[in-house]
Amino acid sequence: MIFLIEIIKIIFVLGMILTLVPILVYCERKISAGIQDRIGPNRVGPFGLLQPFVDAIKLIFKEDIIPREADRFLYTCAPLLAFIPAALAFAVIPFGNKMQIGDFMINLQLTNINIGVMFILAVLGLGVYGIAFGGWASRNKYSLLGGLRASAQMIAYEITLGLSMIAIIMMAGSVSMQEIVMNQAHGIFGWNMFRQPLAFLLFFVAALAENNRLPFDLAEAEAELVGGYHTEYSSMKFALFFMGEYVAMITLSAIIVTLFLGGWYFPGIVDVNDSSIFMGIITMFVFGIKMAFVLFTYIWIRWTLPRFKWTQLMNLGWKIFIPLSLLNIFITATVCILKQ
Amino acid sequence: MYTETIKSKNKWWVDLYLPAVIKGLGITLKHLLFKKRFTEQYPEVRHIPRPGYRGEHKLNKDELGRPKCVACFMCSTACPAECITIVAKDSPWPDRDKVPAKFEIDMLKCIYCGMCEEACPCDAIALTPQFTLVAISRKDKIYDMEKLLSNADKYK
Repeated sequence: MIFLIEIIKIIFVLGMILTLVPILVYCERKISAGIQDRIGPNRVGPFGLLQPFVDAIKLIFKEDIIPREADRFLYTCAPLLAFIPAALAFAVIPFGNKMQIGDFMINLQLTNINIGVMFILAVLGLGVYGIAFGGWASRNKYSLLGGLRASAQMIAYEITLGLSMIAIIMMAGSVSMQEIVMNQAHGIFGWNMFRQPLAFLLFFVAALAENNRLPFDLAEAEAELVGGYHTEYSSMKFALFFMGEYVAMITLSAIIVTLFLGGWYFPGIVDVNDSSIFMGIITMFVFGIKMAFVLFTYIWIRWTLPRFKWTQLMNLGWKIFIPLSLLNIFITATVCILKQ
Repeated sequence: MYTETIKSKNKWWVDLYLPAVIKGLGITLKHLLFKKRFTEQYPEVRHIPRPGYRGEHKLNKDELGRPKCVACFMCSTACPAECITIVAKDSPWPDRDKVPAKFEIDMLKCIYCGMCEEACPCDAIALTPQFTLVAISRKDKIYDMEKLLSNADKYK
């Protein structure tokens, strides 16, 4: 029976992620249209809601081209490698509190492993292999440059990502995601966003870079690299890269919500000790709304800022972000020791 | 490798990027929430061009319904794309010497510059606001006098 519950949970989470992707694509197109004083998709279905599905059908029926000189094995693997790690990181994210159904106490989290944060860092780091392999296997100098840029960028920003997480771990005294949420469940100013504003800023920007989103999308830079790592990709392989990017966006926003915005907790609405079904659903809603907010900020930033130059990106990563995150760790450690 | 460090002349908070980023986010949010959308829903709502728009040509008629053109060749001389072909013949009316026997504009060559309209001494040739320029064959895009005169009835 417990096994069955776990299976249902996995299907639910995976289904939610894959359902969110087309909704996110639609929202991104609508918001970008609004920012540019346009209307956006409004022809297919009511308010153009069916546009992403039509796009998906179009992509399925496109010809799947593999370049003659390409490394066929890696070329086929790369989109999968870009997609799977992004979805995998969701396994340790608590999307709600406990829920009591009959005799069973259900944790609204796929696995509460005790190395939660470490697992996320490890899995997210894998995401770059898809991009680097895709760029290399295409046998196209632009794709290769895109792949190279992605890996260099990932190395620079992964460090900031990890170091700004350490401050959170020190405050919670645990690397388990559920514990980190519990640690923030003391009113709205208990959220790490307010207790660790510098870490929040660093993490948010590093997450943008990790995701290859604008203003850090140097790996695909349409202007100079004609699409970068996915130049040669077509049909469903391209769609998988595209989906991978959006799934990574969803996962990273979930991580930001969990680490910095108090996860499923909201003061006045959520009671931490209540484990009824109703409260479980409420916690999931709170989590979803917070995620939507972060995702909106993501899209908002993308359509506001221009792309960084390569040198600016590296300067920002190595010379500013890493010293700042080290400083943040130092301050946090000092305060933690003084409090004891 | 030669590298050069340029010392920034800005104040330190300008180099943080953050004030500029926040200002930019404010501007885009303003556009998202309050600004008027410029999109026209094309097939349902037809775009009306501004006065002076240079679309398809027409060949004007006078009060008696005769083509105003006197086959002076001014327009075909002015035309930079050389798309106007005129063949003149003797006029049946006493008030002019010549009328066009053939007046053809190759719309595939035309660049819609409006020089013909400016060159015309009789206000005969003019451009209309008609901007949908589709045809099923190349032959259809060579407009003869009949088509140009009918355009004059459509676009006064």
